[in-house]
Amino acid sequence: MSAVAALWSTSIGKKAVMAVTGIALVGFVILHMAGNLKIYLGPEHFDAYARGLRALGEPILVHGQALWSMRLILLAAVVLHVVAAVQLTQASWAARPVAYTEKEAVAADYAARTMRWGGVIVLLFIVYHLLHFTVGVVGYAPGQFQEASVYRNVVNGFRVWYVSAFYVVAQAALGLHLYHGVWSMFQTLGMNARGNGFYRGLAVVAAVLVVVGNVSIPLAVLGGLVN
Amino acid sequence: MNLILKVWRQKGAGSPGRFVSYQATNVSPDMSFLEMLDVVNEGLIARGEAPIAFEHDCREGICGSCGFVINGVPHGPRRGTTVCQLHLRTFEDGDVLTLEPWRARAFPVLKDLVVDRAALDRIIQAGGFISAPTGSAPDANALLIPKDDAERAFDAAACIGCGACVAACPNASAMLFTAAKVSHLGLLPQGQPERWDRARDMVRAMDRELFGSCTNMRECEAACPKEISIAFIARLNRDLVKASFQPRRAAAAAGV
Ligand code: HEM
Ligand code: SF4
Ligand code: FES
Repeated sequence: MSAVAALWSTSIGKKAVMAVTGIALVGFVILHMAGNLKIYLGPEHFDAYARGLRALGEPILVHGQALWSMRLILLAAVVLHVVAAVQLTQASWAARPVAYTEKEAVAADYAARTMRWGGVIVLLFIVYHLLHFTVGVVGYAPGQFQEASVYRNVVNGFRVWYVSAFYVVAQAALGLHLYHGVWSMFQTLGMNARGNGFYRGLAVVAAVLVVVGNVSIPLAVLGGLVN
Repeated sequence: MNLILKVWRQKGAGSPGRFVSYQATNVSPDMSFLEMLDVVNEGLIARGEAPIAFEHDCREGICGSCGFVINGVPHGPRRGTTVCQLHLRTFEDGDVLTLEPWRARAFPVLKDLVVDRAALDRIIQAGGFISAPTGSAPDANALLIPKDDAERAFDAAACIGCGACVAACPNASAMLFTAAKVSHLGLLPQGQPERWDRARDMVRAMDRELFGSCTNMRECEAACPKEISIAFIARLNRDLVKASFQPRRAAAAAGV
């Protein structure tokens, strides 16, 4: 049995897969947030950035190749992350068939206790987000979504207050997921040489950066700062 | 002082259980929790009722026999303390205490507060040992061990196998126990030859026993009467990943 298959067949190995895919997803989420902030530079910059993503790597790569490679890697990461999460969750639920009448959480914080349902919210959000800003089939009046006008799409999309509200809630869920997840990732990969405080600090920085950066955009649209 | 106990009563492994209330009257704050249960049980026996079954042996916090959940916390509210070392002065006069057995599929209830923890023994059997030639005892100073390593190995070896970590874990995971057992040998030179096989075999045994999967909630560490650190879980994670890339010891010896 190859080493990776051997790993996948153990609970710890599956958790390691979640951590490694987690690194890829966290890296993406941070870069994505940083890219999103270009919206504050105005429509020309933002649309040029969107075009640039498609042209990335040309002329060595063909148009869209880098973008689609990234998308496939991220899709694989999400699938592996979620499959491992579902399998491990099933094992854990089966491991305590009779619940406690009384059970107190002494150490686990809110973020740790909500990883699973928070993860489901994040997954639903990813699906909605792709249908919304990438495909344009939800959240717009007919004909309103223009594939090349990314800036306009974002402004029109976030002008619908309940869509913005959903984005803010989803980012809060993502923030909690990162607050526990980034710390947990180091523990899972056995990287604990610097002590818990250091890794918790990294998790706080990642969560705050992502949430504040992303949430600022719907708020800026609703507040009229970006129009 | 007086206490009201709501105790899980269950006749046998297969039978249904329920909570029954008992009064512990005029007990001394200096009694241990188990001494208080002894007093309650004497009353029950005098009335011709079945005494509350609970496990115990050393009553000094070193054997790992005792343990149940008091008001939702394994071994009760005092950190780093087994229930046999927990004194009634920890509680207030008139407190209502719910006593429940460890709850995990791998720990079936045998009777009342007693569960079968043989699953932990089977994890040990899978790799919690070293192979050493027998015969004359080696010189005590034949193997030099750095003080830090010796101390960390001791910290891990402090695990008494009580199972509170499993009981406390929202996933009913046995990671803290397994990590302690893998690490206390893996940190010492005597444990090196079998280090990778041990990690692999003990983790597989843990999975076979149908414990849940760790999500780094840290409830185990808070409940552990020996205050075993989750740093050992990180170490086990590391060892297991490394072990997956190592040949088995027998295979290595055969040159394959
Ligand atoms: C942008 C998307 C996501 C990112 C950046 C992310 C990140 C992470 C990270 C870094 C971890 C820690 C891994 C570890 O402990 O080793 C983690 C754990 C986890 N994730 Fe995600 N994740 C994402 C999406 C999801 C989704 C969609 C689900 C489920 C539907 C999910 C469910 C979980 C669960 C159950 C855990 C384990 C919880 C724990 O260890 O306490 N995640 N995630
Ligand atoms: S790690 Fe702590 S709680 Fe778990 S079995 Fe050992 S002593 Fe008990
Ligand atoms: S009876 Fe031995 S540890 Fe409590």
